[in-house]
Amino acid sequence: MSGEKFRAISVADFFYKNREIAGFDNPVRATYTIVRELVENALDACEQYSILPDVRVKLISEGESIYRLKVEDNGIGIPYEQVPYAFGQVLFGSKYTLRQSRGIFGLGGKMAVLYGQITAHSEVKVTSSQGGYEKYTFELSINIQENKPIIRRKEIKPNPSRWRGTIVEIKFEGDYARAKPKIVEYFKQTSIILPYANLLFIDPDGILYRFDRITNIMPKPPQEVKPHPHGVDIEMVKRMINASRSSTLLDFLVNNFHRVGYATALNFLKSIKMDPKIDPRSLKPEEIVKIVNKMKEYNDFRPPDAQCLSCIGPDLLKMGIVREFQPEFVAVTQRPPSAYSGHPFIVEAAIAYGGRIPLTPPDEILVYRFANKIPLLYDLHSDVTMKVIKKINWRRYKMDLTTMPFAFFVHICSTKIPYKTVGKEFIADKPEVEHEIEWAFKTCARQIRQYLSKKEKINVMQKRLSIFEKYFPILSQYAMELSGESKPPSYEKLLRRLQIHAKENGERSIIKTN
Amino acid sequence: MEKEVLLKLTEVGREIYRQIERGEFPKIKVPNRSTSNVIFDEKSNQLILGPEVIEKSAGNIKQIRPLAQLLWVASFAKKLVEEKKSSTLRDLFYHSLNYEIRFKKQIESNETVTDLEALLMEPREVFNIFPKERASIFGKLIIEFTTPETHKGIRTDLSSNPDGMMIGLSVAHAEFISCKADKVFVIEKNAVFRRFIEERVYDKFNAILIDTAGQAPRLARLLIRRLNTELGLPVYILTDADPWGMHIAMVIIKGSANAAHLRDLTTPSAKWMGLWATDIRRFNLPSFPLTKLDEERIKVLEEDPRYKEFEWQAELQEFKKIKRRAELESFSAHGLSAIVDKYLPKKMKMISEME
Repeated sequence: MSGEKFRAISVADFFYKNREIAGFDNPVRATYTIVRELVENALDACEQYSILPDVRVKLISEGESIYRLKVEDNGIGIPYEQVPYAFGQVLFGSKYTLRQSRGIFGLGGKMAVLYGQITAHSEVKVTSSQGGYEKYTFELSINIQENKPIIRRKEIKPNPSRWRGTIVEIKFEGDYARAKPKIVEYFKQTSIILPYANLLFIDPDGILYRFDRITNIMPKPPQEVKPHPHGVDIEMVKRMINASRSSTLLDFLVNNFHRVGYATALNFLKSIKMDPKIDPRSLKPEEIVKIVNKMKEYNDFRPPDAQCLSCIGPDLLKMGIVREFQPEFVAVTQRPPSAYSGHPFIVEAAIAYGGRIPLTPPDEILVYRFANKIPLLYDLHSDVTMKVIKKINWRRYKMDLTTMPFAFFVHICSTKIPYKTVGKEFIADKPEVEHEIEWAFKTCARQIRQYLSKKEKINVMQKRLSIFEKYFPILSQYAMELSGESKPPSYEKLLRRLQIHAKENGERSIIKTN
Repeated sequence: MEKEVLLKLTEVGREIYRQIERGEFPKIKVPNRSTSNVIFDEKSNQLILGPEVIEKSAGNIKQIRPLAQLLWVASFAKKLVEEKKSSTLRDLFYHSLNYEIRFKKQIESNETVTDLEALLMEPREVFNIFPKERASIFGKLIIEFTTPETHKGIRTDLSSNPDGMMIGLSVAHAEFISCKADKVFVIEKNAVFRRFIEERVYDKFNAILIDTAGQAPRLARLLIRRLNTELGLPVYILTDADPWGMHIAMVIIKGSANAAHLRDLTTPSAKWMGLWATDIRRFNLPSFPLTKLDEERIKVLEEDPRYKEFEWQAELQEFKKIKRRAELESFSAHGLSAIVDKYLPKKMKMISEME
């Protein structure tokens, strides 16, 4: 395509001039963003290939507000010839398919390199290996005008231990002292959503933050999928027709779209009065426009399949939460896949109660948000999750958010997270997404209500028992005095009867959370 | 009397004992004393309790404490009777604080004592819990004490003390040896009672005088009944002319809701001699307007089955009509002895003519 080069140049330049939109607006935010971007790349390098992540991060202060960051992972590694492009060319990456991943364009890492280059004259140092006989180290910078990597130094070493992974080192100007709370919180929350990862962070003060893997179970990596009829535009369909080898419109739909079978395709074509046997290449532009528009309106397509999505699932989510908060009770749920504008998404949510969850001031609520396994730490009050929490009548579920210790968790996975800003900080209130979050929370809340009712019942039971235990001796004593007997009657039988009764009424001590 | 009470208390204890041993939740059925279960019995001409009972069972978490309280009061009563000691409601309340049964207020322990009365169908004096005595008696009557043991057989003349004699358990249960009187005047107010003694009403009218000091205590009602039934003396009651005074007379005649579980406290043949509402005009007495409370009380009494007879209703209507009240002392406006010289003879005549 012509203009490719022009666009590539402008891209690096564009981002250089507008770095605030990617979260580099000040040293504090930049420190947090750089750590985050490199850690997320590291995690993606593991997870996309079902490798249990082992990520080590070290941030060293070099004085004068200059920091050196080193991020090491045990991921798939970068092929030797791609290293310069992966770190030295903006908008080069592996993230152009319809597949869930943390980053959107593979932009963050390059932005970090760019920022380091601008603020600390730093090159990026990358060491990687895919587990072969060699490991290789590059020192790179970016030619901003040309959007091209400049290789400053290159070194290949033997790799006798067959180490596999990537180590990235970068220097930049930042402010750790003020970014610290967010960064530590970021690692903490990442550990919640990734109970199968080993995370290690050593900060400039020499403090070690360590989150060990508590399970070897990992969600399957996301698959690439064909586009869903609801998520395509006219340009895209034209290209698909050009590339397709199907000779009938029916075959074209079935072969190129996600979750469209013969029956579905026939029904759709019948509803828009198009001939299924027609050659797609013979379609007039206005017919293509019609097909695309009708696709968006047609409601009988099956929803996008979540096979392209990799949620972590109720069990793992629960594990992470239990490790962090040791709640008295936690309710987790995963909603069935849904879609907005043809982008499949899945909402997972949890509500945890008690344990180490602190009681917040009445006007605050503990909410943990994740999007494609990234913790979102900013702009909670603009987020759709907050809107939902405020909307739900919690009293119906015996929940009083002002006086009881609750924490809310929500995780959205999608091939395209509906972020409201480039900063990847909060989720827009798409009605479909809002609806799913609402129902996820309501499902959890029902479990919470059950638990609280049960707890209440047990409390009443135990209270009853203790009242009986208190009064039986008293009653026996008076019965003895009144009847003139020499010893009190035995109330053993009665107590036994009560205890049996209590057991029958579902008296179980605290429900195990894991 | 003591043996009987002890027997009843022991039986309550035995029943509970058996239930516990059998592994059942101990329970006691107590007559329901709420107003819904208080009915006017035409036959005995007094308020009695209906058939409803309330079960206090240890199986019900809300009733377990009241049950324990009732049993505690019962065992306390048993000790009192066995050891020939006496107590009061207040004393019982303080005593209960040493135990695990937690009466929150005295009103709660008072209620429990009344429950025990209802359960045993005996007034609390029988198990030696006494109210504060405030009623007195004066008259030409010689009595012989039967209780307590220390005074058994000792006689006393009820006209020997110019202040009158307290009506306590011993006086109320004493044996009547000789009586020179032929009627009983029951007076609501101590001041008027004293005036009657000063004015020698006991001689002039051959009457025994009883001061109830307001609503008649039970022992006073018991004694009035005994004077009426055992000695055949007619009873005349004198109260203020207001709904409260009327009701003092009514309780003596037909009993109270609070004591509906007890018998032998009423004197159905007693007469309310005054002051009637109609007396205010009849004797031209100084009077005051009825208060709001008075008017509400009148409404309540109108509905009360005890007031259904014509004479009572007529008086209630008269109160409503004149909207005024008068006190016994108001006769003093006509001279110190007016009530004795003018009023009593006139009223005695009226009442005898009415019969």
